[in-house]
Amino acid sequence: MSKPLKQIHLAAHFPGVNNTTVWSDPEAGSHIEFSSFAHFARTSERAKFDFLFLAEGLRLREQGGEIYDLDVVGRPDTFTVLAALAAVTEHLGLTGTINSTFNEPYEVARQFASLDHLSGGRAAWNVVTSWDAFTGENFRRGGFLPQQERYSRAKEFLATTNELFDSWHGDEILADRRTGTFLSDAKAGAFVHKGQHFDIEGQFNVPRSPQGRPVIFQAGDSEEGRDFAASSADAIFSRYATLKEGQAFYTDVKGRLARYGRRPDQLLILPAATFVLGDTDAEAEELAREVRRSQVSGATAIKHLEFVWNRDLSGYDPDGPLPDIDPDPGEHTVARGRAQVRMYRDPSAIAREWRERAAANKWSIRDLVIETGNRQAFVGSPSTVATTINDFVQADVSDGFILAPHITPGGLDAFTDRVVPLLQERGVYRTEYEGTTLRDHLGLDHPDDARDEREAS
Amino acid sequence: MSSSPTSLHLAVALDGAGWHPAAWREPVARPGELLTAAYWTDLVAEAERGLLDLVTIEDALGLQSSSRTEPDGRTDQVRGRLDAVLIAARVAPLTRHIGVVPTVVATHTEPFHISKAIATLDYVSTGRAGLRLQVTARAHEAAHFGRRTFPPFGPDDYRTPAGRELVNGLFDEAADYVEVVRRLWDSWEDDAEIRDATTGRFIDRAKLHYIDFEGTHFRVKGPSVTPRPPQGQPIVSALAHATVPYRLVARSADIGYVTPHDAGEARAVVEEIRTEQAAAGRADETVHIFGDLVVFLDDDPAVAAARRERLDELAGEPYTSDAPVFTGTPAGLADLLQDLAAAGLTGFRLRPAVAGHDLPAITRGLVPELQRRNAFRREYEADTLRGLLGLTRPANRYAATATA
Repeated sequence: MSKPLKQIHLAAHFPGVNNTTVWSDPEAGSHIEFSSFAHFARTSERAKFDFLFLAEGLRLREQGGEIYDLDVVGRPDTFTVLAALAAVTEHLGLTGTINSTFNEPYEVARQFASLDHLSGGRAAWNVVTSWDAFTGENFRRGGFLPQQERYSRAKEFLATTNELFDSWHGDEILADRRTGTFLSDAKAGAFVHKGQHFDIEGQFNVPRSPQGRPVIFQAGDSEEGRDFAASSADAIFSRYATLKEGQAFYTDVKGRLARYGRRPDQLLILPAATFVLGDTDAEAEELAREVRRSQVSGATAIKHLEFVWNRDLSGYDPDGPLPDIDPDPGEHTVARGRAQVRMYRDPSAIAREWRERAAANKWSIRDLVIETGNRQAFVGSPSTVATTINDFVQADVSDGFILAPHITPGGLDAFTDRVVPLLQERGVYRTEYEGTTLRDHLGLDHPDDARDEREAS
Repeated sequence: MSSSPTSLHLAVALDGAGWHPAAWREPVARPGELLTAAYWTDLVAEAERGLLDLVTIEDALGLQSSSRTEPDGRTDQVRGRLDAVLIAARVAPLTRHIGVVPTVVATHTEPFHISKAIATLDYVSTGRAGLRLQVTARAHEAAHFGRRTFPPFGPDDYRTPAGRELVNGLFDEAADYVEVVRRLWDSWEDDAEIRDATTGRFIDRAKLHYIDFEGTHFRVKGPSVTPRPPQGQPIVSALAHATVPYRLVARSADIGYVTPHDAGEARAVVEEIRTEQAAAGRADETVHIFGDLVVFLDDDPAVAAARRERLDELAGEPYTSDAPVFTGTPAGLADLLQDLAAAGLTGFRLRPAVAGHDLPAITRGLVPELQRRNAFRREYEADTLRGLLGLTRPANRYAATATA
């Protein structure tokens, strides 16, 4: 007996501030006008994607003490653009990253609950943490949060918002004109939360939304991040989309769920991936090389090397060999406002490995940066791309992928028209939305079901 | 300036089922749909059919209450609401001409977040965004945030020294808040995005500016993460009842909503705001002063009065408001508005007592009446809210500095 085929989940990421959008392409449109977001969302919905995802940035990136000017810069406010997109779509999930450091639970809870109401149950929250004083310089709270407290605040933040979401049961609004009873319960929305980070009480003023709670996404690869996701998230954005790494991550994270009394299907693993399509595999490979060259200019290559070296490398030739000096081991000060490579691994080890790889392959700095680009790319004819995506999902690399095209807003059009039908033919991808909420699309339980069970028992 | 010397500006203030606490019990009300997109879309579309300048959307960081200072625990009135900025964003793509102006609470929110939210509302509405600034001293709302506390504060406390100090402090903070928001809107010059393929630069960083704001309550570095919005500066508005908020309007706002009860009072309020405006060095800028009125409109004045009585009976008490309450015919209201306009008000924000009844009465009764009197537009004459209000697109303060 072969096991039944997994259904693939697909979603779209409108790239915000990034170095992968080929903004110089004549087909590249605005990255800030609403018409771009509307086009992107409508295409995603035509493709029957689960959701559209927007990342967040709260301070412009700097490098060497200046605003970084080589990438797309500038993005809209997450909540505002997602609410507007709810007006031009009917089914598409609307997922936004919102920081738990520079916000307060009451306000974020009412924004997500409002988005869920206004979209008919399509809201999702990618909970992220930050601690850095650099970003904090734009906010009242400032940057005082110690790094080790970021997950503790995030966990308590999410727990607090869940208390607020659950403070209305969903049956309080009677709106009975005859008796003049609007609410069945004067205490609807009452909450008290006293904890390490939040000491708040009162009444939440947004009644229960269609999904009860927004779908929760989490990103973060550390032990703490994986545990946070296993305990509290509905889906995790993974960094691993290659076969071996992806499978290892998948096994590890799914294995953690039981510790929290959860089933493996209660957390979806969705890595980001890019794609390049051609009429033939060879044509797509050629196009992919051109795309990578466009994404990594000589100047960009030097700047990327500086993330690891933490030194000014502007004197180096991007078409020459890698620097033979070692990275500066001190606090990272060259590049600010981005999740640095240095957060994950020892920079000296990365530098050593890169020098060896570059020497062995006769790569210049720019070649090296192009080759070590860290995202999975599905490159090939539509048939090859459909096959590879399906193979990866069936091999438990992930439950699906979040696709970020290198052209906005039109970069999903060809995928939608040429790859999606092939996945549908193979019976691994929906031909119609089965439900109306994002929880429906993702196959997640409704939080009220769990509560009803608890109350019944 | 306005399209004709006698032309008024008209706004409508949307709040739940309407401003009368029993509005939700009217047959035309849709009390079960107040949390749906369709409800809000329909209201704003109706306002746009009436060629109104803008809608404001009420909001607060606590449950609605009949008390100005604390929750009332009542179950016979509408309770629960959605975030006003999100409602505005949800309706914006489905309208084309009308301004969308959500309420934002300066006391507990971040000016950085609000600046990019309203800039984005300006993008999603292609130039029709604004905000209505509000402060709150309510202790229970502060407890929702846990970052600051306020003493119990009632209407009488405005007269005590401690009360005055609290109010002055909140309005000073609000003035700083607006300053931060406005600087952030200007923190990108309009042509900062250059997409220069030859140098590989997406932006010209010389056209992005740190705002470096330092005040008592905020220190905000900037620049914004959102490029300068289509209007450059979306509309800033605030409701004001006394000297301190009048000063905020005069210094910081494009529209002040005021509540004089007759032409004489209107003249005095306008004079006070104009004096403050001159003192703030803004004498040559257009600051609109809109009169706020709650309206019960019917073609027969007796019907309007009877409806108000019926609603009062359902509510168990006579309706009172900070704003004057007009009960009568669209023609009678048009007379009153023209009388008040002659005293110096440049427009009006009408609060429909029952949204489902009095909003259509405004758009289909009052508006045609004003048009007959040549006192209101017959078609939208501009694509942006600034345009409708007769405001030009402002120069960027930082660009001006650079070229000076």
